[in-house]
Parts: sequence; C-alpha cells; structure tokens
Amino acid sequence: MTKLNSKIPEGPLTEKWSRYRRDVRLVNAANKKKLDIIVVGTGLAGAGASSALGELGYNVKNFCFQDSPRRAHSVAAQGGINAAKNYMNDGDSIYRLFLDMIKGGDYRAREANVYRAAEVSNAVIDHYTAQGVPFARDYGGTLDNRSFGGVQVSRTFYARGQTGQQCLLGAYSALNRQIKAGKVKMFPRREMLELVIVDGKARGIITRNLETGELERHSAHAVVLATGGYGTIYYLSTLAVNSNASAAWIAHKKGALFANPSFVQIHPTSVPQLNEYQAKLTLMSESLRNDGRIWVPAKKGDERLPGDIPDEERDYFLERRYPAFGNLVPRDVASRAAKERCDAGYGVGKTGLAVYLDFRDAINKQGKKAIEDKYGNLFEMYQVISGFNPYETPMMIYPAGHYTMGGLWVDYELMTTIPGLYAIGEANFSDHGANRLGACSLMQAAGDGYFILPNTISNYLADDIKRGKIATDTPEFDEAERSVKERIERLLAIEGTQTVTSFHKRLGRLMWDLCGMSRNEEDLKKALSLVREMEEEFWKDVTVPGSADQFNQELEKAGRVADFFELARLMIEDAMHRNESCGAHFREEKQTAEGEAMRDDKNFAYVAAWEYAGKGVPEKLHKEMLSFEEVEVKERSYK
Amino acid sequence: MKITLDIWRQKSRNEKGRFVRYELEEVSPEMSFLEMLDLLNTNLIKRGEDPVAFDHDCREGICGTCGMYVNGHPHGPVKSITTCHLSMREFKDGDTITVEPFRARSFPVIKDLVIDRMSLEHIQVAGGFISVKTGSAPEANTIPVPKKNADEAFDAASCIGCGACVAACKNASAMLFLSAKVSQMALLPHGKPEAKQRAREMVAAMDDMGFGRCSNTGACEAKCPKNIKITNIARLNREYYKAY
Ligand SMILES: Cc1cc2nc3c(=O)[nH]c(=O)nc-3n(C[C@H](O)[C@H](O)[C@H](O)COP(=O)(O)OP(=O)(O)OC[C@H]3O[C@@H](n4cnc5c(N)ncnc54)[C@H](O)[C@@H]3O)c2cc1C
Ligand code: SF4
Ligand code: FES
Repeated sequence: MTKLNSKIPEGPLTEKWSRYRRDVRLVNAANKKKLDIIVVGTGLAGAGASSALGELGYNVKNFCFQDSPRRAHSVAAQGGINAAKNYMNDGDSIYRLFLDMIKGGDYRAREANVYRAAEVSNAVIDHYTAQGVPFARDYGGTLDNRSFGGVQVSRTFYARGQTGQQCLLGAYSALNRQIKAGKVKMFPRREMLELVIVDGKARGIITRNLETGELERHSAHAVVLATGGYGTIYYLSTLAVNSNASAAWIAHKKGALFANPSFVQIHPTSVPQLNEYQAKLTLMSESLRNDGRIWVPAKKGDERLPGDIPDEERDYFLERRYPAFGNLVPRDVASRAAKERCDAGYGVGKTGLAVYLDFRDAINKQGKKAIEDKYGNLFEMYQVISGFNPYETPMMIYPAGHYTMGGLWVDYELMTTIPGLYAIGEANFSDHGANRLGACSLMQAAGDGYFILPNTISNYLADDIKRGKIATDTPEFDEAERSVKERIERLLAIEGTQTVTSFHKRLGRLMWDLCGMSRNEEDLKKALSLVREMEEEFWKDVTVPGSADQFNQELEKAGRVADFFELARLMIEDAMHRNESCGAHFREEKQTAEGEAMRDDKNFAYVAAWEYAGKGVPEKLHKEMLSFEEVEVKERSYK
Repeated sequence: MKITLDIWRQKSRNEKGRFVRYELEEVSPEMSFLEMLDLLNTNLIKRGEDPVAFDHDCREGICGTCGMYVNGHPHGPVKSITTCHLSMREFKDGDTITVEPFRARSFPVIKDLVIDRMSLEHIQVAGGFISVKTGSAPEANTIPVPKKNADEAFDAASCIGCGACVAACKNASAMLFLSAKVSQMALLPHGKPEAKQRAREMVAAMDDMGFGRCSNTGACEAKCPKNIKITNIARLNREYYKAY
C-alpha cells in the first residue's frame, strides 16, 4: 500500500527551502548529459521546466497536443500574475502573500509548499521581464501593479488583459532557445496515452502522433507531467476546449494518488450560454467587478428591459448580503450567490441562467472614457460574443467552471507517489487548498517549472547517473503500447449511434448540476449512479468514425471523455466524503442559517489523496493531515 | 436559418482535395462559426460520414490555433477577429459559404481545413528569444523601459501566430509574423544585445522555409486578427540592414 510522505524539510517555515537546497543531492554537469527527462505539457509550467532543465544540461523531450507549444492553455489567462515585490510600498511581503494564499485556500493547503511558492514568485517576474515579457509599466519606466482577486495589496503584474499570453510567449521563447541549442526536442501534435513503469519507477510514455495515428515509445530517467487542469469535465467551462484530464488520470491509474479531486473553482463572471451548441464559456475578467454592480430584478419573472427597471426594483444581492465586500467578495461566494438567485427564479436572459453586471453607475460617475480605458478590450470582446453593447445595456454573466485545485498528489519535491514521476502547475494539487486566489496560478505554474522542479529533480536523478539509456524494446513498453492499442480498437469497434460530444455534454451537465457549485449527499448519490449508467451507455453506444491510423479528432475526444467518466466518479466520491463546506466546495448540509459555509477543522483538516484500486473497486482514501504551525486557523468572513 | 457550405475536403497530405457541398438547416444566428461547423460534424457523424477536420482550442481568439478562409477571407469577412470569434449573425438565411484551409507553400494541408504551420515554429526557433538563463535575470526594475516602448512592444507581442498574414499575402510572405517578434525585442532594452543576430537568423529561416518576399501590399495587416501593424515590417527592415 502506498504511504504518504510529504517530505517537508525540517526547520522554521521561512528557512525550509534554503535548507532543502543546502542539503539536496546534485548531479554534476557531465552526468546531466547522460540523463533524459520527459516533460508533458508546454504551458507556463511545462515550457518553463523544459527550458530550465535544458539549460542545466539534461536531455529534454517536450510534448503537447497542440500544433505548437505556444498554444498551451496558459495562453488564455487574462488578469495577471502575482509576486511579493512590494513595489507599491503597500505593506506586501512574501509572508503576506503566503498568508493570503493559505486563507484564500480556506486552510486546506500545505504551509511549506505555499510559502515556497510565494518565495520564488519574485524571481518569476524577474525572469519573465528579462525574457522580454512586456508587462504594464508606469511613466517612469518601472513595472506597474494592480489589485486583483480581493486582497488588500496591489501585487499583480499584468500585460493588459493578456497576461497569460505574454508570459507563455516568454516561456515559449526560452523553450525555443533550448530547442535551437539541441537540448530540448519538441514533439507537438502528440498525445500521451500511457505511462510506462519499469521496476516501480516512471521510465517513459506512449504517445499517439495525432497526425499519423502512429503510437510512439519514449523513454527517460524521469517523467514530468505539466498537463494542466480538468475543468472541461463540465463540458462548458472557461478552459480551452481540448484541455483534459487524461494524462493525470493515466498516472493515477498507474499508482499516483489523486488529491482533492472535487475542489473545482467556479468563476463568477463568464459570458452565459447563448445556444445549445455552445462549446465554451468565455471568461470576463474578474476586474470588471471593481466597477460593475451585480443585480437581478427584485420581482420574479420581470420581463422589462434592464434599463427600464428602476433602482428600487433591483436586487443588488452581493451588496445586500455582504455589505463589507459587496461586489468584491471572493469568487466562490459570488458564484454561489448568483446561482442562488437564479435557482430561486430571479435569473435573467433567455435561459434565466444569468445575472446583470451593470456599469451604468460607473459610467455616470467616471465617464465613458475612464471605463473604456480600463475595460475597453473586455467590452469589445463581450460585444463580439453576445452581440450586445455593454456601454448601453448591462452585461449578462453567469458562473462557469474555471480552475481545478485538485490534481495529482505531490510531495515537497513535486514528486507524485510514483518514483520518478513529477507533477507541476495546475496538474498537481499543491498550493491552492480548497480555493485559488486570482493571479496565483500563473505564479505557481511558473515557479514550479523554473525554480522548484529543476532544484528538486536532481535529488532523484543522482541515483541514476550510471544507468545509461532506458531501452524501449522491453516487455514494459510492449505491454503499455498494447494496452493503448487495445483501448483505441475498443473505442472504434463500438460503432454505436451517439456522438462523443453528446456524451461529454450530458456528463458535463450532470456534473454541473449535481457536483458543481453546491453539493448535497442526495444529489451526489444520484450523480454517482447516473454517471455509472452513462458510462456503460458510452461504452455500448458511442460512435467514433474513421480509423486509428489517421488524423482523427473524434478518436482523440473519445479517449478523453472515457477518462472523464472515471474521474467524475472519483470527484463525486471525494465531494461526498468531505462533509464540510470549505473554499469552493460547498456542502449544502454544512451552512449557517444565513447560507454561509461551515468548515469543519476537527474532522477535515486534511488533504484527501485517493489511491486507485482497480476497475470497479472503490478507491482507497489516504489522509495527509494538515498542521498549521505559522498561521492561526480562522473562519473566513466577508460580511 | 439555412446555410449552404462548400468545404474543402482532403483526406491527407498526399491526396488530392476537392470542394464538397453541404446543406445545414438548423443554424441559429447565436452560434459561432465554429459551432456551426460542430453542428455540421454532428450531422455527418450521424450519417456515417467523415466529419470535417479543423483546428481550434481556446475558442476565444487568443491561442491562434483556428484559422481558415471563409468566403475567401482569412478568418472570415469581419475585421480584427479570429475564425473562432466569427458569429453566424454575420450571415443570413440562404447564404452559401465557401470554406478552405489557409493556402501557402509553407503550410501543407494535413487534413481538410487543418494545416501544418511548423514553418512558423522554425522562424521562432531561429532567433525569437532573448538569451537569459533561468536564475540569472536581474531584478525586474533595474532596467527601466519607457512606457511608450513597453506599450508598443506589447502591441507587437500580441501576435497569436495564426498564419493569416501569410494566407492573405499573394507572395505568402511571413514578414508580418516575423517582424512582430523582432519589433517586440528591438523595442526593449533587454533585446538589444542580440538584435543583429536575431534579425539575420530569423530572416534566413523565413527564406529557408519557402515563404515569399514582402512586396508591401499591406494585405497582411488588413487581415491580421490582432491588428499587428505593418510599421513593424519597416522596423524589421531597419533592424535587418543594421545587421549587415
Ligand atoms: C480563461 C482563464 C483565465 C485565467 N486567468 C488567470 C489569471 O489571470 N491569472 C492566473 O494566475 N491564472 C489564470 N488562469 C489559470 C491559469 O491560466 C492556469 O492554471 C495555468 O495557465 C495552468 O498552466 P499549466 O502550465 O499548468 O498548464 P496548461 O497551460 O493548461 O498546459 C497544459 C499543457 O499540457 C499539454 N497536455 C495536456 N495533456 C496532454 C497529453 N495527454 N499529452 C500531451 N500533452 C498534453 C497541453 O498540450 C498543454 O501544452 C486562468 C484560466 C482560465 C481558464
Ligand atoms: S501577424 Fe497577425 S495574422 Fe500574422 S500570425 Fe500574427 S496574429 Fe496572425
Ligand atoms: S481557437 Fe484559439 S484563437 Fe481561435
């Protein structure tokens, strides 16, 4: 049985990382040349790790399913990236960033990891700036910061509304430099479909060449997964539509524990669904809540145009419920409050699944120009998508699945429970507890990739310097390739009547309704049996056209949806077992009379790490108890 | 509304392609253009036919994955947007729409509307970077950058690498794409030390990849979804001449 050892270094919190580096085993330059590392993923985490490891001298193979590493989902991040520079002289520090993340995560993250993430954040900004990332600047030429995500200091670096794009292109440029130097070999349009384990250690992967369909074997001394989050389990989400859980799920089935799978952040402000064929929900930056006021009609089924509804007949429900924070309450609180109004029948728009985000007062007070300067590009984007002009009529918004705090369990070194298999970026669970703070995930993905993993991986590889190349003509690789082939053949042979996407939509809807923003035991039980039934139906009646030996997007999707069914069951189990409300996880049974979340530290102050036990067998729960040595555990309150 | 589609179908790199006509009844003006293609594909799959392959990912205009000619225009008839942001509101009941992959010698067709843009990757690998080793960057505020330069660098850096500029150009030149990167780095003090080498090597890579030469027609700028300005090409030319 797997035993959890988080390997947190001894010593005071503020010294753990320096002590770790003092003691960690190193690999000398000559030996690094003998070591191969596979990195799957080219987002901020993966591209960062690949370039940093290449610079160190390792031989890196880097994979992504897009046609270019520059298109990884990180490219879509809008708002910004945090660091504890205290450029604004407003009292920020590494410690305060750490504290905000621990609190924001509702005391469900590991202190040592969070502190370290805050500690390396400044180096991330230095590095991106040196790469040529054009962050916003002040007139004097220094970097500008803004306030973001409901914290009291301004620590967010940004590049208009395209911070993720700019950081990713910086990371991509450093990756290109290593590709040119021959230290990184890039494999785009490849999908990892199996993990190869030799003598208990991660030693390679099987990929499918998405153009030719060919299955390929790749070996290495260590494998790093930087494969992003799984918010697309809801089908409609703010993620790029091809984002998926498969790489992490494959690792899980091979023995890597999966932590807190049910912790999913729902973002309060996305453009709502406009038609039944809609493939994604576009995020409207959270910064809009700085000036926009959120409301619904006070009267049910009020059909008047928003402009015709006078103020006294509007319900500014966030301002009403949370007078201190108003429209700026954290994401989970804002999302649930919007859902509550819509479920109660006060929602607006065609579907009733939307609330207004109104700039009328801000425009009256500050002038149209000021609002345009701040949000011009977002307003334009909204108009392109919805056809409505937000300067004249309020935006309609609704919550959408956005970020997965859950992911592969990793120790302090970012290693999963499979020796030699690492998980970085959104793919791991480590730093955000039950809720992620805005602008902290780019920071974490980049920190993991550039500054943490390259410093911890040598501790493992130091044992491997004499091993030589890992052969791929071995029974382990044969078996892994055979199982991939078999699954592909199985999917193609079903020849049923329903499309892959129709299943994904139904699964997504079910998960959204029963295991989304708020959960209860009865719904979760229902969800579990419905997912099982739907999964059986999928394996009997899905239709996957075409063949395995060609460019076949339906086949790609089919494998991902098949994995989503399995992950969905684990998400539900996890949500069911956690009988408390914390962060983004809201159990309806655990709320105060006013509808606020009730955390239960006595019984649930742990990370739930699940061990795969075989097909159809319930997964085994391991608990990593969380002890808080630095911070005092408090209740969150935004009243 | 009812839409007729003439779509380029091509099984693989080596096979010949042709236009195939499809009729679609249940199109709603609220759909995006790509959602309309999703609908077509659902119908095709149900009829046992091969769905139309097209590339896409973020579906919000930022990843640069999507791209096709719609009625002869790269990314469609609306200015400054990507194909994924094109809405069916732009069309009317009864319209016939022609859809083809971006055409350029350096963009071979992989299948249907999917093209191979590795040629663009090679240009970036050749020199689209500032050589800074992880861990060796100076404190971010030690090198001030005038706000104007930073903003201009940002404008250039917002290229999404979609290739529409190449598809719009009669010479299939990648100058706009290449100049965006060179400009971004030329505008920042951090990029100065390697400016000459960067311009030389990226231009050489563009030539190697079989892209055409720029003849200043400006079609690229007109079709760029991210409004990358042709003035970047002028800056590239200056950088290039300085490099020799
Ligand atoms: C709309 C939106 C806006 C956001 N805005 C912000 C923000 O302002 N600030 C912030 O801090 N965070 C933001 N986030 C969150 C943040 O963008 C992500 O958490 C972060 O970018 C994840 O980076 P990553 O490197 O872990 O993974 P990703 O960038 O998701 O990259 C995943 C990579 O893995 C590859 N991959 C996955 N599976 C496979 C496989 N099986 N085989 C081969 N390759 C595979 C993909 O090709 C890709 O290269 C936002 C998220 C969304 C959805
Ligand atoms: S310059 Fe414009 S058209 Fe060309 S690749 Fe960049 S974004 Fe696309
Ligand atoms: S799909 Fe990303 S830009 Fe169109």
